[in-house]
Amino acid sequence: MASVEFRNVTKTFGSFNAVSDVSFSIGDGEFVCLLGPSGCGKTTSLRMIAGLETPSSGQVLIGGEDVTHYHPKDRQISMVFQDYALYPHMNLADNIAYPLKVRGKSVSDRHGRAKEVADVLKIGHLLDRLPSQISGGQQQRTSLARALVYPSQVYLFDEPLSNLDAKLRLEARGFLNHLQRDMGMTAVYVTHDQAEAMALATRIAVMDQGRIVQYAPPIEIYRRPATTFVANFVGNPPMNLVPVEAMQGDGQLRLAAEGLTLGGLAMSSGIETALGGGKALTLGIRPEHLSIAAPGAVNTISGKLFANENMGPESLVTIERADGSRLTARIFTDEHIALDEDVTLGFGSEHVHLFDGAGVRIAADGEQAL
Amino acid sequence: MKLTLPAFVGRIAFSALAALIGAAFALPLLWFLFAPFNARAELGLAVPDPWTLSNFVTVFGNSFAVQALWNSLIQSVGGVILVGAAATLAAYALSRSSLPGKGAVTYILLLFSSVVSGSAAMVPIFLIVSAAGLIDTHLAVILTFAGGLLPTAMFILRDFIDSIPKSYEESAMVAGASPVQAFFDVALPVIRPGIVVVVVWGFVNIWGSFLIPFILLRSDDQMPASVAIYSFYSEAGTPIVTLLAAYSLIYSLPVIALYLFVSWKFGFRFFGGIKA
Ligand SMILES: Nc1ncnc2c1ncn2[C@@H]1O[C@H](COP(=O)(O)OP(=O)(O)OP(=O)(O)O)[C@@H](O)[C@H]1O
Ligand SMILES: [Mg+2]
Repeated sequence: MASVEFRNVTKTFGSFNAVSDVSFSIGDGEFVCLLGPSGCGKTTSLRMIAGLETPSSGQVLIGGEDVTHYHPKDRQISMVFQDYALYPHMNLADNIAYPLKVRGKSVSDRHGRAKEVADVLKIGHLLDRLPSQISGGQQQRTSLARALVYPSQVYLFDEPLSNLDAKLRLEARGFLNHLQRDMGMTAVYVTHDQAEAMALATRIAVMDQGRIVQYAPPIEIYRRPATTFVANFVGNPPMNLVPVEAMQGDGQLRLAAEGLTLGGLAMSSGIETALGGGKALTLGIRPEHLSIAAPGAVNTISGKLFANENMGPESLVTIERADGSRLTARIFTDEHIALDEDVTLGFGSEHVHLFDGAGVRIAADGEQAL
Repeated sequence: MKLTLPAFVGRIAFSALAALIGAAFALPLLWFLFAPFNARAELGLAVPDPWTLSNFVTVFGNSFAVQALWNSLIQSVGGVILVGAAATLAAYALSRSSLPGKGAVTYILLLFSSVVSGSAAMVPIFLIVSAAGLIDTHLAVILTFAGGLLPTAMFILRDFIDSIPKSYEESAMVAGASPVQAFFDVALPVIRPGIVVVVVWGFVNIWGSFLIPFILLRSDDQMPASVAIYSFYSEAGTPIVTLLAAYSLIYSLPVIALYLFVSWKFGFRFFGGIKA
């Protein structure tokens, strides 16, 4: 196992910046998820670690060694591809053992080790089948087995679960989580599924348009999203964001928006700075922190019922405000609410997130500024 | 469901017409199968009486005819090896590398190839081969065909390789393989069905061609079967039908055998990607 580091890495395709001046480091034994929307440069970043793509500028280090211009074969890495890339003409045993073959191991060594790994992944009975003769979930595990068959410095995953159905995905996710804890592998895992990132990562790097916008442990990303982009990307459903107008009075901050009743918030140095940039702020509240409240009560926001989706243990209640914007609440209720009925949602002031005009989080006093 | 009378009559008429057309196409084929075994074969269709192999005995007694079959084999196999190997390497490079203007290269080559193998180029080809001192050698025929078939072969193969995900070789390289190892271990086996298609197509092309060997070769002992067939004409220019029929059947066998072998071994099917 080894650490990985990006130093001012930029990758351009033609005139397009797929990755722009990215620097971050992954500690030995860390499991880092690259999370972000389609086209934000996750795969490109991963491929630069693998050596399948060369940075236009900057350095990539593995285990402290500058590998920027190393061929993939000289990096001692393993990678699981999104399409699995199982060799169609080899049976599973040969597929799994291919990295050992390249390393000049004998046939009996190869097949012995392949069998060991395959047994752990519960595909040991399929070793003489061709990849076309097994199911998608089994193919996924085969590609995982091929990545695990020899010791690597870093394990790379490019959306390895995205071709599985929901149930298999959960199962595989649990297995990966177990594996990570068991082996303490250094891993970089690309996904655009925030739940997957939350479940697996020791740290998440949220990417947007070729940059890392926040790099922190999952709980930190959830509790203190650095920008409205992160707030909107992490969480299911994502955080509700309400544009508000800010006013200062009696040493307190007052926020005004249609249908919003909010007590004064304590001023902080962060808020002072933000207000210097203008009065338009964004208020954020997670759906799970909203609940049905009495109309007109303090710390509430109201609108008309837009949708009420029963998810089993909870309901997703969506309201539409006068300006057409919507808020969703995750509520444990099976109460019937009619369409267009007035609904008031309440929240605790400790669950309020504030972002400045540029969408950057305003840190409360005592909270570490970003 | 019951058919109405007009529909019934219509069907019968249609079937009768189809049978007629089928028969028209089957007649030459039947001649082709019957005549070689008929010691008195003529251009008309007749069931051999008695069935005999005497025509074949005559053919195999003709050393020129036998040598010609052997020459055909040398030229076709030689050409196909050259085309197959060169097209595979070239198409792989064109598909996987990021050369600027690589698309244009293939299209321009394709354009010129129709000129090269066309009869318009016969004079320049003759002059080039003659200047190279290769007139009347197998190599002349092999090289000319390789040049003519390569662009199309490259085009077919490049298309085929383009459709194969790069991640096969990438995963091999990440696993520790050099680019050459990745090519031979992973890419080549996956491309093989495409190569087989090109090889069969090239073989049939060379085996059946007349003009190029006719022009580039002089001596009888270099001529392929496609040219040798003309030796079964009498001095007066009328075909000796019995021999011609037997020889034609022998001449067509390798091509048929090749198709059967390939479809048995490869089934002309391609390995697809894994992702459904
Ligand atoms: N070989 C290439 N040539 C040109 N542009 C490319 C190339 N590879 C990637 N790009 C562009 O770079 C950007 C980032 O691509 P990348 O594959 O890293 O995205 P991603 O974050 O992995 O997205 P997804 O979630 O859809 O896989 C995209 O806009 C893509 O179009
Ligand atoms: Mg991707």
